[in-house]
Amino acid sequence: MSESIRKIRVLVAKPGLDGHDRGAKVIAAAFRDAGFEVIYTGLHQTPEMIVSAAVQEDVDVVAMSVLSGAHLTLFPRVKALLDDAGADHVLLTGGGIISEDDMAALDEQGVGKLFGPGTPTTAAIDYIREWFSTHEAV
Amino acid sequence: MSTIEKNVPGTRELADLVREQEEELAHLRARLAEWERTYDATPQRDALFSTSSGAEVRPLYTELDREGSDPENDLSLPGEFPFTRGPYPTMYRTRLWTMRQFAGFATAEETNERYKYLLAHGQTGLSVAFDFPTLMGYDADHARSLGEVGVCGVAISSLDDMERLFVGIPLDQVSVSMTINGPAIILFCFYVAAAERQGISAEVLRGTVQNDILKEYQAQHAWVFPPEPALRCIIDMFEWCSENTPNYNPISISGYHIREAGSTAVQELAFTLRNGFEYVERGIARGLDVDSFAPRLSFFFDIHNDFFEEIAKLRAARRIWARRMRDVYGAKKPESWRLRTHAQTAGVSLTAQQAENNIVRVAYQAMAAALGGTQSLHTNSMDETLALPTEKAVRIALRTQQVLAFESGVTNTIDPLAGSYYVESLTDLLEREALDMFDEIDALGGVVPAIEQGWFQGEIAASAMRQQREIESGGRVVVGVNHFMEGSEKIEIDRLKIDESVERLQVARMAELRASRDSARVDQTLAALRHASSGAQNLVPAILDCARASCTLYEIRHAMEEVFGSYKEPVFF
Repeated sequence: MSESIRKIRVLVAKPGLDGHDRGAKVIAAAFRDAGFEVIYTGLHQTPEMIVSAAVQEDVDVVAMSVLSGAHLTLFPRVKALLDDAGADHVLLTGGGIISEDDMAALDEQGVGKLFGPGTPTTAAIDYIREWFSTHEAV
Repeated sequence: MSTIEKNVPGTRELADLVREQEEELAHLRARLAEWERTYDATPQRDALFSTSSGAEVRPLYTELDREGSDPENDLSLPGEFPFTRGPYPTMYRTRLWTMRQFAGFATAEETNERYKYLLAHGQTGLSVAFDFPTLMGYDADHARSLGEVGVCGVAISSLDDMERLFVGIPLDQVSVSMTINGPAIILFCFYVAAAERQGISAEVLRGTVQNDILKEYQAQHAWVFPPEPALRCIIDMFEWCSENTPNYNPISISGYHIREAGSTAVQELAFTLRNGFEYVERGIARGLDVDSFAPRLSFFFDIHNDFFEEIAKLRAARRIWARRMRDVYGAKKPESWRLRTHAQTAGVSLTAQQAENNIVRVAYQAMAAALGGTQSLHTNSMDETLALPTEKAVRIALRTQQVLAFESGVTNTIDPLAGSYYVESLTDLLEREALDMFDEIDALGGVVPAIEQGWFQGEIAASAMRQQREIESGGRVVVGVNHFMEGSEKIEIDRLKIDESVERLQVARMAELRASRDSARVDQTLAALRHASSGAQNLVPAILDCARASCTLYEIRHAMEEVFGSYKEPVFF
């Protein structure tokens, strides 16, 4: 089996107008400590800005933090734009104030696992490593 | 021993008294040493014995920890300098704190109904939560607002919306707090104009607009303009309000968001007060008499889990503020020295796991707020880590305050923890540490340079990361999250969902407004605002004219932005 030698590249993104970035910054620092290459977009990003950064930085994963309740708009929009940009291989994951029903609905639309309040950072790190090892084996 | 002696002791008697006291202390020291031997010989629990800010908490505090203290100067009496024991002489014996639940969602009409519900249940003040587009100065029909209209608060894009928000609520009879910062001056003008439409003049308005831009750059991030023009708008409001709305607080200097973003209690205290002094310095630099605006400066603190530390924080805040206002800024009116504050229980302490436990967390935090002497209080609802609160959850949160105020007995006497060896030691410690942080900020060139260097942001993020590590290592216990997790799996709580139709309705309303108003008047008032923005005159009258002419929030923001530019965040993590 291929033991991946290159670092996993993650774009941590804060879409929409919400300024609550505690979670985004904590997860970005945790990803970095876990050995990922992390790019943080900063605040108030549109879906277009996020996808353009993802393509430009050639990332494996886009991790979005949404605490504004706008997740049902923002995740599908970013997913569609990633697909349009030929980046459908990129994992779109994230976290925030998102109910289990909404998580299930977004899962059906091709969005990856989403993490709610109180999740340890290791859960997201393990999920991304696991995903990477099965999708990046070529 | 009574503090009021009828007979003044002579020199000889004094010497006897001093010797007697020294003997007592020596005796206490000896007994304490003995107690310490017992303590050291006994196993202790494996736990973090520290404040949430990381200061060591000793197992026991005694009179010895108060040696060299100066109760006369440090504590005094309630309502007297330095106000450690409370901003008012009679505190809750005269008037309880204002029970003020922050609320806002969907349309102005739906929020208006919630306000009437809260008032009917005994709430005594209103507090407006705006949606993200409004907080950032975008109209409901702006492209950037897509998906966010009415979701996290109420959508207010014009004077018409503001008017609808308060239908049937006479603005001369209820005090209204508005949480808005970047475009605060605009929403404030909508509010004044909405009162006008009710036939109420500005001078009788009571309430508060948050209007604290410094903590937005540091923590909360709902900014519009760069620091200098943003600070100008705030000082314009100080000036205008001191002349036109004598009962209205033109700012609520807020530690809440700094704390929620991850700071410690000490950082919250220091950053908030230093921000407050920055506003004072800016007002003085404008040429305002400090006593003309300082009495209307108000504060807003977070009340987190560490019960005694939070109480000490409020007491230390009052003391630091009073001393510096008098001694550094030369304020002469006691009202300028007196720190009045709103408090809110810590949203960030709530857990999605076993959400009902949040009722208990909120109750302890609320008690700390009362023992700390707050002037108003919002208690969070148990379901807020999952969604906006339901009516039932909000009612429980309000009832929590009522149980505290009317059943617990903590309101019977003023500042009941004064003289507690531990609470007084903590109060002193917090004061010292905050003063040290002021020096650090000054060494960076002051508040605005420290923001531009990302210093506050970095300090807050580092504290957040430290707390996360403590939780993940299990060292810091969070019930239901990293310990006592049985029953955490299933979340059974009703949730308030905002329908997408809200956005469609608001967008349609904007189209209607744009079609029906006098567009020549819109252009003319916006041009006048641009002109005023490039000059030095007070901006409130020009923005009020725009509001009355039905200019929208974004139109007004944009006119100012053309002159002021917009803020670009330095990105750090």
